[in-house]
Amino acid sequence: MSDGDVVRDASQEAGEAASSSRRYFLIQATSAVGAVGAVGAAWPFVMYWTPSAKARALGAPVRVDVSKLAPGEMLSPIVAWRGKPIFIVARDKATIDALKVDTAELADPDSVNPEQQPDFAANAWRSERPEIGVYLGICTHLGCSPKHVVSNNFEDTGQGGFFCPCHGSKFDLAGRVVKGVPAPDNLEVPPYRFESDSVIIIG
Amino acid sequence: MKKLLLVLLLVCQGPAWAASASTWPMESFKGDLQNMPSLQNGFKLYANYCLGCHSLQFQRYERTADDLAIPHDIALKNLVFTGQKIGGLITNAMPRAASKDWFGASPPDLTMVTRVRSPEWVYNYLNTFYVDEDRPLGVNNKVFANVGMPNVLLELQGVQREVCAEGHCDHLAVDNGTGTMTTEEFKSATYDLTNFLYYVSEPSRLDRQRIGIYVLLFLIILGCFTYLLNREYWKDVGGH
Amino acid sequence: MEKTKPQESQSGTGLMNWIDARFPATETIEYHASKYYAPKNVNFWYYFGWLSMIVLIMQLLSGLWLTMNYVPSGAGAFASVEYIMRDVEYGWLIRYLHSTGASFFFIVVYAHMYRALAYGSYRGPRELLWLIGMAIFIALMAEGFLGYLLPWGNMSYWGAQVIVSLFGAIPVIGPDLMEWIRGDFLMSETTLNRFFALHVIALPLVLVMLVFVHIVALHHVGSNNPDGIEIKKNKDENGVPLDGIAFHPYITIHDIHATVVFLFIFCAVVFFAPEMGGYFLEKPNFEMADPLKTPDHIAPVWYYTPFYAMLRAATYPFLGLPAKFWGFVVMVGAIVIPAVLPWLDRSPVKSIRYKGRLSKAMLTMFVISFFILGYLGTQAPSKAGTIAAQICTAIYFAYFVLMPWYTRVEQTKPEPERVTG
Repeated sequence: MSDGDVVRDASQEAGEAASSSRRYFLIQATSAVGAVGAVGAAWPFVMYWTPSAKARALGAPVRVDVSKLAPGEMLSPIVAWRGKPIFIVARDKATIDALKVDTAELADPDSVNPEQQPDFAANAWRSERPEIGVYLGICTHLGCSPKHVVSNNFEDTGQGGFFCPCHGSKFDLAGRVVKGVPAPDNLEVPPYRFESDSVIIIG
Repeated sequence: MKKLLLVLLLVCQGPAWAASASTWPMESFKGDLQNMPSLQNGFKLYANYCLGCHSLQFQRYERTADDLAIPHDIALKNLVFTGQKIGGLITNAMPRAASKDWFGASPPDLTMVTRVRSPEWVYNYLNTFYVDEDRPLGVNNKVFANVGMPNVLLELQGVQREVCAEGHCDHLAVDNGTGTMTTEEFKSATYDLTNFLYYVSEPSRLDRQRIGIYVLLFLIILGCFTYLLNREYWKDVGGH
Repeated sequence: MEKTKPQESQSGTGLMNWIDARFPATETIEYHASKYYAPKNVNFWYYFGWLSMIVLIMQLLSGLWLTMNYVPSGAGAFASVEYIMRDVEYGWLIRYLHSTGASFFFIVVYAHMYRALAYGSYRGPRELLWLIGMAIFIALMAEGFLGYLLPWGNMSYWGAQVIVSLFGAIPVIGPDLMEWIRGDFLMSETTLNRFFALHVIALPLVLVMLVFVHIVALHHVGSNNPDGIEIKKNKDENGVPLDGIAFHPYITIHDIHATVVFLFIFCAVVFFAPEMGGYFLEKPNFEMADPLKTPDHIAPVWYYTPFYAMLRAATYPFLGLPAKFWGFVVMVGAIVIPAVLPWLDRSPVKSIRYKGRLSKAMLTMFVISFFILGYLGTQAPSKAGTIAAQICTAIYFAYFVLMPWYTRVEQTKPEPERVTG
């Protein structure tokens, strides 16, 4: 009798141990599959926040006529692409030449940061064609829109540029930020191309 | 169980508005959203014959072109007549107030016509215009009696008349040689047009069904695990 | 200094101790889950309370997401729903989850209520639990009704018009009350705006609070079971009911599995039949609201149709008041009469298992007539339909009104001492 009891106890214990490891496995497996399901269920809710077809339609490329833009001027009224102001400036020969040399005060004169412009604009004018510059009119500091300053943005050279009224950041006419101001980076150059000499497609 | 069967039986009858008011024997229609040539042809027919009066104001050209595998430049050249951008909604230039004076009622937007009526209804409607001199426009319709719309597909279909026998006019026939299409060709065209409207009424239908399969398969797998887990734990409870 | 320090308990991890000294976390978990004992013989019908909560959470989430793109204006509402359905990423899914969820909410709640009727869950000591449940049911009906207007489809518009017009049946104040509810002389954007505010803020808050109170009350008195006997009567030396099992893990694992099965059915509808043949999404609602054109046939969504059929069944003026008024009374009466059940049932036993033939027959007829009424409510009115609805309405009320009589005269079976499997 007593032997039998011992045997039963031992097998019971073995059974419980097997059961508990089985439980552990099942809990782990179910949790893992359940976690996949939770991510899957969250996915549509996350994607719901991405720009809708309407937003993307409104953010489609815009055509801009620059035939009436004279050297030294900035296109007015300011056009918007994806709801953001686009600064389009025309430059004369003197400015184009000056942009190449007046680089002493600039933080990133050679457009090293690839985030701030397409490859074709990684040059001294930060533009596809030296005579026309296209920039996103949003200060890289905290998102204010800078002002276009025709001349004397820089006292020593007398050159114009962009000046942000919010926190005093300064950019030259190629949208390059000067050292020692709050803005960390050059103005962004949006993707654009010339459809003809007088029409730019932005976006 | 009997109760359940009774309920099922009752549910199968469908709500009252599902019943058609017309007594015309409806030809069946089965949409096919995988049939791209049909949908593309339907879109073309819609743009040429319907869009002038009936907008699809909730649907965008871009989405439609993408779903129907039409390249954007071809869509813009052949299907967008209103100078809109590819991302624009499929609207028309018809002024709503004036159109009410012209037709007695503004031509309705048709984005969801196959959900409001049914695809069968639209298909049969397009096929059952017939000559009726008593009507202001000279035509009537078998599934939409006294409709205030002309038969815009007349040039394709030809002149269709009622064929009456013993006082019953339950048959329609086309005068030979009056349309540019044969009867079969016309039916195929109206099928494509209806199929296109069926797509437009719910453009995410295919996505929905495709994702649905994966969701259900996943739930079966998860269900197996929860079943085993449940069985494992309930071993503890006596009597089960 | 030592005295001001909160008392730390001896067991558990450091973080849990820190929390427990400041918030009754472990205590709450034990009270509501690991040391809450549910009867071990709970069956299929006991899933629906949990499932109601799952659906409530799904409705709150999908609803919250819908509000992000929904525009509550007369001109924009309908278009914004189609915008969600077409232009917003996965908008169609969120919308179908919400519209299908509404119908499934009522399916699980009706099943949950049927369970209470069958097993006498409304009887003492659960009267208050039952009353809170009735309040949830009424709040849910209001929530569904308000939400149904928001898509601003033609059925939304005219359905709401009909229901609001019911209030016009109230003598003396009726017409003014209708104008007050609408804020206008017809259903208009003003009405839409207030319905929106109530649907997305007021009633969800009320529902969540009532559900919380419902659960607190439930865990105080303990769950009923198919035998309708109190498991707390037989406890072991530790005070644990002999027929009880810990809610966690046993019932939770049970319920999780039930949730997966439920989600399978729910998703099958969402992904393959979101219109459910015109029952979940009605055809005329794919057309924008038109105050000048009523759909050919107006019917509320299926979950209101039993009560709607009873409303239409009242066709005779009585006591000098028009039939319209009595229809309103019958409908409201039908909705609230289950609240007094705890005081109508005089049977010595709770569960239908041990009640007599009369009770079983009445419950069966009650359920059948409820289904028939639901069907009749979806159909256009007809003479035969009205007579059938009147008979079924009579049965519906007889179940309640005659209960004090038939539960007392019938022969009952003795309740078992302990639960039966």
